Amino acid sequence: MDFKFSTEEEAFRREVKGWLKEAIPPRWRELPTGFWQETEESWKISRQFQKNLGMKGWLAPAYPAEYGGAGLGHIKRLILAEELTYHDAPVSIETEITVNWVGMALQHFGSEQQKQDFIPRIAKGDIIFCLGYSEPNAGSDLASLQTRAVEQGDNYVINGQKIWCSYAHYADYCWLGAVTDPDLPKHRNMSMFVVDMKNPGITIRPLINVIGCHSFNEVFFDDVRTPKDSLVGVKNNGWFQLAMALDFERSGVQTAAANKLLLDHMVNYAKTNKRGGKLLSKDPILRNLMAEMAIEIEVARMLCYRIAWIYSKGGHSNYESSQAMIFGSELLRRISDAGMRVLGQYGQLAFGSHRAVERAMMFRSYLASLSIGVGGGTNEIQRNIIAMRGLGLPRK
Amino acid sequence: MDFRFSEAEKRFRAEVEEFILQEIPPGYADKDLYWPGGYGAIGEFEVRDPAVEKIRKKMGERGWLTMAWPREYGGGGRSFVEQAIFFERLSYYDAPGMDVSTLISGPTILRFGSEELKKEWIPRIVRGDLKFWLAYSEPNAGSDLAAIQARATIDGDDLIVNGQKIWSSGAHVSDCGWMVARTDMAAPPYKGTTLFIVDNKSPGITIRPIVNIDGFHSFNEVFFDNVRVPKKNVVGDMNMGFYYLMVALDFERLVISMGGFRHRYEDLLNYARNTRRNGRLLSEDARVRARLSQLAIEIEIAYLLYYKTAWMMDNNLFPNIEASEIKLITTLLSRKLADAGMEIMGQQAQLWPGSPHAPLRGRFAVGYLDSISAVIGAGTSEIQRNILAQRGLGLKRR
Amino acid sequence: MDLGLNEEQEMLKKSAREFLSKECPKKLVRELDESDSGLSRELWKKMAELGWIGLPFPEKYGGNGGTLLDLIVLLDEMGYNIVPGPFFSTVVLAGFTLLQAGSEEQKQTYLTKICSGDMIMTFAITELDGTYLPESIETMAEAKGEQYILKGTKLFVPDANIADFLLVAARTGKSTNPADAISIFLVDAKSAGVKVTLLKTLGRDKLCEVVFENVKIPSKNLVGKLNGGWPVIRSILRKATVAKCAEMVGGAQASLDMAVSYAKERVQFGRPIGSFQAIQHYCANMVTDVDGSRFITYKAAWTESEGLPADMEVSMAKAWTSEAYKRVAVLAHQIFGAIGFTMDHDMHLYFRRAKAGELAYGDADFHREIVAAQLGL
Ligand SMILES: Cc1cc2nc3c(=O)[nH]c(=O)nc-3n(C[C@H](O)[C@H](O)[C@H](O)COP(=O)(O)OP(=O)(O)OC[C@H]3O[C@@H](n4cnc5c(N)ncnc54)[C@H](O)[C@@H]3O)c2cc1C
Ligand SMILES: Cc1cc2nc3c(=O)[nH]c(=O)nc-3n(C[C@H](O)[C@H](O)[C@H](O)COP(=O)(O)OP(=O)(O)OC[C@H]3O[C@@H](n4cnc5c(N)ncnc54)[C@H](O)[C@@H]3O)c2cc1C
Repeated sequence: MDFKFSTEEEAFRREVKGWLKEAIPPRWRELPTGFWQETEESWKISRQFQKNLGMKGWLAPAYPAEYGGAGLGHIKRLILAEELTYHDAPVSIETEITVNWVGMALQHFGSEQQKQDFIPRIAKGDIIFCLGYSEPNAGSDLASLQTRAVEQGDNYVINGQKIWCSYAHYADYCWLGAVTDPDLPKHRNMSMFVVDMKNPGITIRPLINVIGCHSFNEVFFDDVRTPKDSLVGVKNNGWFQLAMALDFERSGVQTAAANKLLLDHMVNYAKTNKRGGKLLSKDPILRNLMAEMAIEIEVARMLCYRIAWIYSKGGHSNYESSQAMIFGSELLRRISDAGMRVLGQYGQLAFGSHRAVERAMMFRSYLASLSIGVGGGTNEIQRNIIAMRGLGLPRK
Repeated sequence: MDFRFSEAEKRFRAEVEEFILQEIPPGYADKDLYWPGGYGAIGEFEVRDPAVEKIRKKMGERGWLTMAWPREYGGGGRSFVEQAIFFERLSYYDAPGMDVSTLISGPTILRFGSEELKKEWIPRIVRGDLKFWLAYSEPNAGSDLAAIQARATIDGDDLIVNGQKIWSSGAHVSDCGWMVARTDMAAPPYKGTTLFIVDNKSPGITIRPIVNIDGFHSFNEVFFDNVRVPKKNVVGDMNMGFYYLMVALDFERLVISMGGFRHRYEDLLNYARNTRRNGRLLSEDARVRARLSQLAIEIEIAYLLYYKTAWMMDNNLFPNIEASEIKLITTLLSRKLADAGMEIMGQQAQLWPGSPHAPLRGRFAVGYLDSISAVIGAGTSEIQRNILAQRGLGLKRR
Repeated sequence: MDLGLNEEQEMLKKSAREFLSKECPKKLVRELDESDSGLSRELWKKMAELGWIGLPFPEKYGGNGGTLLDLIVLLDEMGYNIVPGPFFSTVVLAGFTLLQAGSEEQKQTYLTKICSGDMIMTFAITELDGTYLPESIETMAEAKGEQYILKGTKLFVPDANIADFLLVAARTGKSTNPADAISIFLVDAKSAGVKVTLLKTLGRDKLCEVVFENVKIPSKNLVGKLNGGWPVIRSILRKATVAKCAEMVGGAQASLDMAVSYAKERVQFGRPIGSFQAIQHYCANMVTDVDGSRFITYKAAWTESEGLPADMEVSMAKAWTSEAYKRVAVLAHQIFGAIGFTMDHDMHLYFRRAKAGELAYGDADFHREIVAAQLGL
């Protein structure tokens, strides 16, 4: 056993840290950041930042160099992700979606043409995808989706509605799941498409999330024509491809790092603020609480490191990713709750309010943590996976 | 709304208290290891103590064992709130007196039994002459009581009973079993099960002890080998027993030793007030204080629910959802109280009764184990949650 | 980074699992739990022959030259199977103390006997309030010529009932800082004035009260420096803490394994109870607690094993594992229903150990306070 990073890995971490010091524009530190790009301005900064990351090969660090990646191993990717999040760099879920979900799936299932066309542009940060999975009646039960794609000449014609599509209003393409053969049983009737968002017939309606920002959307497809070669992989095999895509290494280390950031924030606050004439850091209950959070972060981090380690040994994670996801997301809720307790009355002050603490980081995390553990498969679904896939418990 | 006791209720409470303090045999409460919510450390499930029988009879004479029953059946004509006060005080002082016969079987007989059955059994139950045990669970029928396999076939004026029961608390010290068995194998269980009373002295009954994790012989396996039970012992109609059973289970869930929780809590509070660790009183430790106040809050909630169920019964509302709620809340509290107590007591907590240095006679250590049974016996927490979700909130089964 | 065991450790783990399931069946565990000694001489001898008792000690004392991490692997399995007896006190508490602070002569005399399985030893640290703080040590050792006179009462001393020798932490002077005047002595359990009383405990492990009434100890039995005992004790406690975590991880794993296989077999309502989502989600929570405990414990053990500063890691491991094992054991009990509430069932053996383990070497609150201090709070 060896729990330390190699000297080379440590050097890489220093390199990332050093680079981040310069690369994050000061203005970013004045905006409400952390979970979503809440304003036009932060979106613009983050787009530029992603292009800069792309130039270093760090936007898509896992991609081979020929596609514009850095071909980094699993451990270095872990380090990179950890540092980016811990330093609150201008990246968010759109990067995860575009680079890790879509990009990885394209590398696996895309045609040579599709790879050439999209992957280098993804790696450079030139294009953004949104995910078109969920529908009003297909959330956890994705196999119930109803959006249809019908062959017509050289095209597929798409009709239907998607929902919760994060950043669809900025996206260049949609990674879309649609039924291509309604006569076949669920799980065998769906195909994946890359659909250009500039296509006529696409209507986007904003949805405002709990923080009050426009991050996701309803997207309507009304006789949208997309060329036949925008189908990815094998027709009607979309479900399998999607399930595989969910299996690509996702260590969840970002949540662990975000948790660490929040903990540091509250620890600092406790060390420098008094309540009832006493430093918060001297309050035995708060000390105990913050220590507990620090311990849980350590557990969360180990659960994430394990996944990177499994992959670095050429293995494949089974239920372990679900474990890390659940633990990290539920911890985010506990940490935000703990942070709100530490901040006391000040915790309720929103971004922009007089006397708000640290850009209302805790406040926003308290609300945003509601969505972590829902998006990308709810924690209940993850627990089902652990029980059935991991422990072999019977379905019936 | 009025959360206070009425003057009459206060007087009654004082009367009960006086009675208990006078009548409990000296030293009885000092030996007692009962843990509120648990089923494994109840003295009355272990031995038949003549002194206890005597108090029960005295309570019976005052009509207290069945005080909320109608007078015509020997009830005391008192309210359910008064009954709740009575049991609260009883359990607070670790006094004996609660029994399956008065709390579960009696009310079920009153509701579904024939006049003949009532005449035969009710007076004896009222007097506190009889002890009953519950013969429901079987090796393959725990949560799923529809899966019971014990059978009773009709033979003239008798039923002939065969099969096995398990986890039968106090069966070895009781007079009668309160039993369900299949009587029509062709019908589905809820149309082919019968509820009846079986005399422990009947030939063909074998009782084998099972020792629980507290180390006590509280429950048993009971085997029935061609045991004859007179048909007149059947409760209500043949084959309708599953339905009666569901009602009896509701009665069971309402049996809460509320005062036990308060008393154990007070023990803990006093311990914290009087024990120093590292030179400082435990009660001055912020985390100990936080734990104790959290418990106080939860006990208060349980009390409110406890009196609410009694109040509902007085107002002809049957608290079947509340029954699951209070069972769930108090049994989880049983665990939390033991857990918090153990944490507060530190190393000393692990000392078992009889050990040098054991705090509070090692009662919390026993409770720590026993509280495991609280969340299992009389319907597990999961089953209570299913009931709450389905019956209470109307969530669909499928 | 390498989060896996090496080949030898895998072998050790596998052979320990096989050996213990055969040589230490639950029947024996129960017998020993219920006995006054808690010791099977036969099993003890076999463990010595396998080289387990000497596993982490240098070869020149008859040991096996293994690392702390190797020992952790073994303790994990001992916790999995539950192995009663004085292994922990003899190897971890006493053996490590002698190795770290004992004179060469003491090592030659005592450590060799420990390794060969010929001596059982323990360490009496805690007193009436049961805490692991220097100010709680009030037992006095007064120098008188070539002897020390030992007076005081120790409580919660593991395996003192069968120990041949006891290490004892005692106060050897006055000091403003209570940690500055503590020394460690080797005491023959047969010395006049040593009175051992077995306590009855929830965990049914053999904890004792040991009263020293003017016990005479030869000066040469001072272990380490006069008044220099506390730093040694701290270091031993750190090892003992992480070692206890390893046992607890094993116990939690066993609880999970038992519960999952029962959930697959037990049928109610016409289906295995493991198909009910309530049970499935319990199991998902349990496996995450077990895995989390294992990683945080092994990381702490590795850190300590590497000689790196490990206070934070070890306290994190103990705080987390103490609570995680309890959570797992409680859920396992829940899954077993009434059958798990019987003395004949194995589950309570684990439930009891979970509590005893939590109490040993500082509970979760105690260790969280250490973590808080390390966070700079
Ligand atoms: C911030 C955010 C961003 C998102 N971004 C996108 C996006 O970009 N693209 C996209 O396609 N989707 C996106 N989603 C949607 C997300 O994938 C879905 O919300 C998620 O899959 C759950 O679906 P649902 O909301 O319809 O909930 P439902 O599936 O209706 O679930 C409701 C509740 O029932 C529970 N439940 C459902 N099935 C089971 C079961 N079998 N067992 C136990 N419990 C069950 C769930 O766990 C949940 O608690 C986003 C969601 C959020 C919150
Ligand atoms: C101390 C003690 C005293 C007792 N005394 C008596 C007595 O006097 N007379 C008597 O008849 N019985 C008695 N019982 C038995 C008690 O009623 C049963 O133990 C209880 O009903 C659970 O049954 P089981 O133990 O067979 O567990 P199982 O029914 O096998 O349950 C095992 C686990 O599966 C869960 N489970 C089962 N079904 C579901 C579901 N549908 N959804 C979710 N989870 C589910 C349970 O909650 C539990 O966690 C006693 C039990 C104890 C512990």
